[in-house]
Amino acid sequence: MQTSFTPEQLADPQIAESEKILRRCVHCGFCTATCPTYVTLGNELDSPRGRIYLIKEMLENDRPADEETVTHIDRCLSCLSCVSTCPSGVDYMHLVDHARAHIEKTYRRPLSDRLIRSLLAKILPYPARFRTALTLARLGRPLVPLFGRVPALAPLAAMLALVPKAAGRRASRSVPETPGTGSQKRGRVAILSGCAQSVLDPGINAATHRLLARFGVEVVVAPGEGCCGALVHHMGREDEALEFARRNVDAWIGEMDTNGLDAIIVTASGCGTTIKDYGRMLRLDPLYAEKAGRVSALARDISEYLSTLDLPVLEPRRLSVAYHSACSLQHGQKITTLPKNLLKAAGFTVREPAEGHLCCGSAGTYNILQPEISGQLKARKVRNIEATKADVIAAGNIGCMTQIASGTAIPILHTVELLDWAYGGPEPVKLAKG
Amino acid sequence: MSQAIEFLVPRESVLSRRAAIIADLADLLPPECLVHEPRGLAPFETDAFISYRRVPLAVALPRTTTQVAAVLKYCNRYDIPVVPRGAGTSLSGGAIPQEDAVVLCLSKMTRILEVDYANRAATLQAGVTNLSISEAVGIDGFFYAPDPSSQLACTIGGNIGMNSGGAHCLKYGVTTNNLLGVKLVLIDGTVIDLGGKHLDAAGYDLLGLVCGSEGQLGVVTEATVRLIAKPEGVRPVLFGFETCEEAGACVTDIIAAGIIPVAIEFMDKAAIEICEAFAKAGYPLDVGALLIVEVEGSEAEMDAMLASIVEIAGRHGVKTVRQCQSATEAALIWKGRKSAFGATGRIADYICMDGTVPLGKLSYVLNRTSEIVESFGLRVANVFHAGDGNMHPLILFNANDPIEAANAEAAGNEILKLCVEAGGCLTGEHGVGIEKRDLMRYQYSQADLAQQMEVRAAFDEKWLLNPSKVFPLDGRA
Ligand code: SF4
Ligand code: SF4
Repeated sequence: MQTSFTPEQLADPQIAESEKILRRCVHCGFCTATCPTYVTLGNELDSPRGRIYLIKEMLENDRPADEETVTHIDRCLSCLSCVSTCPSGVDYMHLVDHARAHIEKTYRRPLSDRLIRSLLAKILPYPARFRTALTLARLGRPLVPLFGRVPALAPLAAMLALVPKAAGRRASRSVPETPGTGSQKRGRVAILSGCAQSVLDPGINAATHRLLARFGVEVVVAPGEGCCGALVHHMGREDEALEFARRNVDAWIGEMDTNGLDAIIVTASGCGTTIKDYGRMLRLDPLYAEKAGRVSALARDISEYLSTLDLPVLEPRRLSVAYHSACSLQHGQKITTLPKNLLKAAGFTVREPAEGHLCCGSAGTYNILQPEISGQLKARKVRNIEATKADVIAAGNIGCMTQIASGTAIPILHTVELLDWAYGGPEPVKLAKG
Repeated sequence: MSQAIEFLVPRESVLSRRAAIIADLADLLPPECLVHEPRGLAPFETDAFISYRRVPLAVALPRTTTQVAAVLKYCNRYDIPVVPRGAGTSLSGGAIPQEDAVVLCLSKMTRILEVDYANRAATLQAGVTNLSISEAVGIDGFFYAPDPSSQLACTIGGNIGMNSGGAHCLKYGVTTNNLLGVKLVLIDGTVIDLGGKHLDAAGYDLLGLVCGSEGQLGVVTEATVRLIAKPEGVRPVLFGFETCEEAGACVTDIIAAGIIPVAIEFMDKAAIEICEAFAKAGYPLDVGALLIVEVEGSEAEMDAMLASIVEIAGRHGVKTVRQCQSATEAALIWKGRKSAFGATGRIADYICMDGTVPLGKLSYVLNRTSEIVESFGLRVANVFHAGDGNMHPLILFNANDPIEAANAEAAGNEILKLCVEAGGCLTGEHGVGIEKRDLMRYQYSQADLAQQMEVRAAFDEKWLLNPSKVFPLDGRA
């Protein structure tokens, strides 16, 4: 569509890129139909096309973000369903990134909002802090109904309600299995241990270690790596996000250039989408642009990497699995069939819930910051999943797992936990219990 | 920039009362159902005919027929124009507002109210998307036939407004042939029901009148549509030709032979490349024109019909014939076709024409279309419903270049005139909207138009409903 930026504005590389993105949008409206917030709220302003328009006006007029614009951009889940749908190839992901950074720079949020956001940004990316916070939060759980009644405290209530009842066992990240005896060494990979997942569910990476080791892959954790930065990135806290990214780039480049790596394995697809984008995030940083590009090029979702290993096809087993396609996998990384094929090859019966393209409402910190919409999306997702009457749910992202688990009694596991079990690992605790 | 198509001059009497009107609307609607902040209004200023834009006075997003009636009654009382809107996917500007108008957007009315298989009918709120009807009944073996390319997003209310068609209309007809009843709110707030679950109603066919009236007779809030049982099998087949002439002549002969497949879609080389880049459907890239012919029925029926079509295509020098091997492949073939307009955005801005011509003139009109567009120094891509003679030349241009934009519009007008001269009409399925309004004179005499306008005035005496559209601004009573 038509845009009106001055040559001076276009001299700014960020504006120039956003202008290119905007020019591609032909305002056809296709994307509205698959946007979870439009489907839920029925307002153009809560649709991708509406947001694109709001962003265009804000950037063209070079004005500070205003309340109306912020409200509707904040409601965006960054699920990227619109990107999958758009026939014109509009890169909404990077446009909304730009908008969020602009909002963060030019808009002063109400006090309660500021507090909750900085709390999240200061705790979630740091496993030690997060672990302490979880313990405290469990004590605070009785306050949920109280907080829920005060609008400004609703995010706090949502946060407490999400806290898993059982403590995640401490990760055994220091004792990765060595490659299985009898099998040849087939590769060497670094695994992202990351932040929140290692606290909420250390079993996921433990299963990955076991499974990969069994098939002859050496798994290491690069010293110095940590949170991928997605969390703060989606809040528009760009500088912090880039710091996290640089630190991880350093860690992995160190490993690549010394011992060599075949892949950087990510088991939380939300993080995977961001790491695969490091090259772009750091493109304007002359010291990091090239290195970040190398890291992104090596990043693989666990399902992608496993698919290259030609795992043996197993006898069918009785368990039926509803596969929940995390947005960051299906829309962010365009990985749609690989996880299902892996599960099928491992003998599971895979069922696909209706409306699989719609987000479950987790979306990073969205379920905390936008509890109402998130709750509606969760209910819809759970309804669709339960309709499959599957025995267990598989997903490739910790955010979705926590979100969906808080709405259903069907056990939910990471795809890799089911695969590890099928290929000789221990039965997942969640199944043994159920 | 001055633009060729004019809007009505906004009523000062409305603009000056903006604050009061918004306050009144706020009494009629819950807060989340009313948009009035200037920032929030801008994204409603246009639809998919994006070269024209007008920021409305306010946007109402009602949830119920009662709320629709209350807003209409209010606007009628104070002479405030109303522009109905569904998903805002109109390619003719049917949903573009004007500065003194309240947009009545039915996007929150998305409930499927009843599915009645015994009567093969479904009743829906007007904001239900076209595709979600078929999705809801698909598992039970039914579908809703009209399938505009924008079916993923466009609403049934909008389809009724424009009497929309689609690829499969060759066999199943357009919206009017699949619509059984509507709930219509008149400008004074009266709610009437037209039609029902039966095929024909006693008395005048007011339902037929409402279908295609572009939101000028009232606002449809509910619709009852016909459900059709899915055929035993469907098979899209790709036919590649060296030239557009050959493909066009082939279509003419298929229809002349009395063969009615479900769909015959046409793509020229430019369109093939655009769609293939998006959908990776496996369209042949080494041909000058492509037909997607879809047949349905039992295996034997499909084989028989295909054999006759292949024979005809052979006479026109068909280069490749590709039968599709799986449901996934079929879905991709249609995904590519249905995304053609949007996918064009990858290479340029575009306006999409919608003229219909007699089949015998297909090749001639295609040739002339290219000549016209080239004479304006622009490029064209053709992708359309060939079986119906419903052309969709996409004129490619650069929206940031005012001269190109004006040329694109001028070329479009020439093409539509060409369609009329060839014995066809201005619009096959997108409606007149604002885009083709001033060309209505090429199609109709003043007496023809006057009669239509009298009918319009019988419903909406003060011309408040979508007033800038359909009828040329001069010569109105
Ligand atoms: S689908 Fe793409 S081109 Fe169409 S409105 Fe959405 S973003 Fe724009
Ligand atoms: S990212 Fe998701 S929520 Fe945001 S606009 Fe796109 S589809 Fe809607």
